[in-house]
Amino acid sequence: MKLIWIIARRELSVFFDSLIAYVMLILFLGFSGFFTWLYGSDIFLIGQASLRSFFSIAYWTLFFFIPALTMRLLAEEKRSGTIELLLTKAVTDRQVVLGKFLSAFLLIALALAFTLPYVITVSSIGNMDTGGVLCGYLGLLLMSGVYISIGLFASSLTRNQIVAFLTALFIGLFFHIIFNVLAGSITGMTGKIFNILSLSTHFESISRGVIDTKDLIYFLSIMVLGVFLSEVALSKRNIGNA
Amino acid sequence: MDIKIENLTKKFGAQRAVNNISFDVKPGEILGFLGPNGAGKTTTMKMITGFMLQDEGTIIIGGESMLDSENDLKRNIGYLPENNPLYLEMPVIDYLIYCAELQGINRGDVMNRVREMVRICGINAEKHKKIGELSKGYRQRVGLAQAMIHDPDILILDEPTTGLDPNQIVEIRKLIRELGREKTVILSTHILPEVEATCDRILIINDGKIVADGTSDSLRKQAQGHDIIGVKIEDGEKNKIFRALQELSSVSVVDFVDQQDNRFQVQGKPKTSTQRDIFNMCVKNKWIITEMMLIETNLEDVFRNLTTKINSN
Repeated sequence: MKLIWIIARRELSVFFDSLIAYVMLILFLGFSGFFTWLYGSDIFLIGQASLRSFFSIAYWTLFFFIPALTMRLLAEEKRSGTIELLLTKAVTDRQVVLGKFLSAFLLIALALAFTLPYVITVSSIGNMDTGGVLCGYLGLLLMSGVYISIGLFASSLTRNQIVAFLTALFIGLFFHIIFNVLAGSITGMTGKIFNILSLSTHFESISRGVIDTKDLIYFLSIMVLGVFLSEVALSKRNIGNA
Repeated sequence: MDIKIENLTKKFGAQRAVNNISFDVKPGEILGFLGPNGAGKTTTMKMITGFMLQDEGTIIIGGESMLDSENDLKRNIGYLPENNPLYLEMPVIDYLIYCAELQGINRGDVMNRVREMVRICGINAEKHKKIGELSKGYRQRVGLAQAMIHDPDILILDEPTTGLDPNQIVEIRKLIRELGREKTVILSTHILPEVEATCDRILIINDGKIVADGTSDSLRKQAQGHDIIGVKIEDGEKNKIFRALQELSSVSVVDFVDQQDNRFQVQGKPKTSTQRDIFNMCVKNKWIITEMMLIETNLEDVFRNLTTKINSN
């Protein structure tokens, strides 16, 4: 556990030293703030003390930002060869992958924490559904976890960051909307399976304020799968010259 | 801690990068890994450090198999990979602290170790810079520092002196020699004088196989079955001398070095007294030997012999 934290701390310091973290925080807060308060179906248009619009904006902005954060996590180390140094230290592949996952997750959590003033403002305007808001944040965190694990996996496949970014977006797109679209257009068993696979279904049910174990299991199992597959992809060095 | 390697094999597809090699290294020994590019040096090192898994064979370090207790064993190994990959965006000190922590050094000792490494590797003047701002020589020192930060019993150095200037090379070699007194050191290189200057034992690999194993002296002796002798013989007609030399039973090849000067290079047959025969021949013909010297086979010839013989077969 300590080793995971040491790795995560270094990754975080890279995020901040290389300005990625600041750019990402500013863009995220800018986008979500703009659409929550100023433009489109913002809070004043809806006229309710609800953060629903914020959650649906964050749902999209995080989808695009997370691959940009995760793309370098493993691809960069593979390109520069530092992965060799890292893995010959007294750490396991799993600790490395988990440390990297944790760093991106903490950065996203920080970004979400910076939106707490929204919560305070809205709750002072009117009667806010506190439980619903908490569930919305939980949903965003879980969703971020899923996309980070997908991004990490994409990053473990290649040594090119752009390829990692696009792969992560491509895989993410299926969970984000394509499964949902397919679920709507196909009936019967197949349709049901797509509905279960669709992330938006689970996200909506959580952000409505309903915490169902089915949804939690969905999010957690994709996260575990993504992290596991990254580990597998890392261990591929044993059979080739990767 | 000693390293014992038995029947180690690694395949990349159909190609055997490392083919059934066995050797062992004892503490206090510096083993030089020598071989042409692509001979399997780096792959062997990657397997010893636990970066890559072998297909067959065992690596036993300090009595324990690398497969069983990889993570405990990794703590005893310091590794400097080829091309010295480092996090260029990190400051030197932060990087060394990070490495120390990853190797499980107690919080209280981390700074002591870092300070010691900065002193030993001579990076004091540059320690606050980012690694990316350092020159190649200083980066190499940082690479060495991170390899030694946890005071490992085993040091694996893949081409440790590439990119250093001659002064630095001498310093690093001196450092390796000092470390080699109590540690087990394996270093790879294709700079031959380096092996002679630093290593106690030399292992030459070619095509994934060990083709020679021994001290630089013993390797030289192996190749010295046929001595090469340079002679200058005067008071005679050069073609006559040439023919006379060729007719000696202990001589296999004769060559002109300098047509004007009556200089010849003579290659003797193994286990014969070529020098004496040449002398007696000259006495008989009343020629005068003004120069005769044994041209020592150097390690380079040994190396070239061993690594090209195989290729041509």
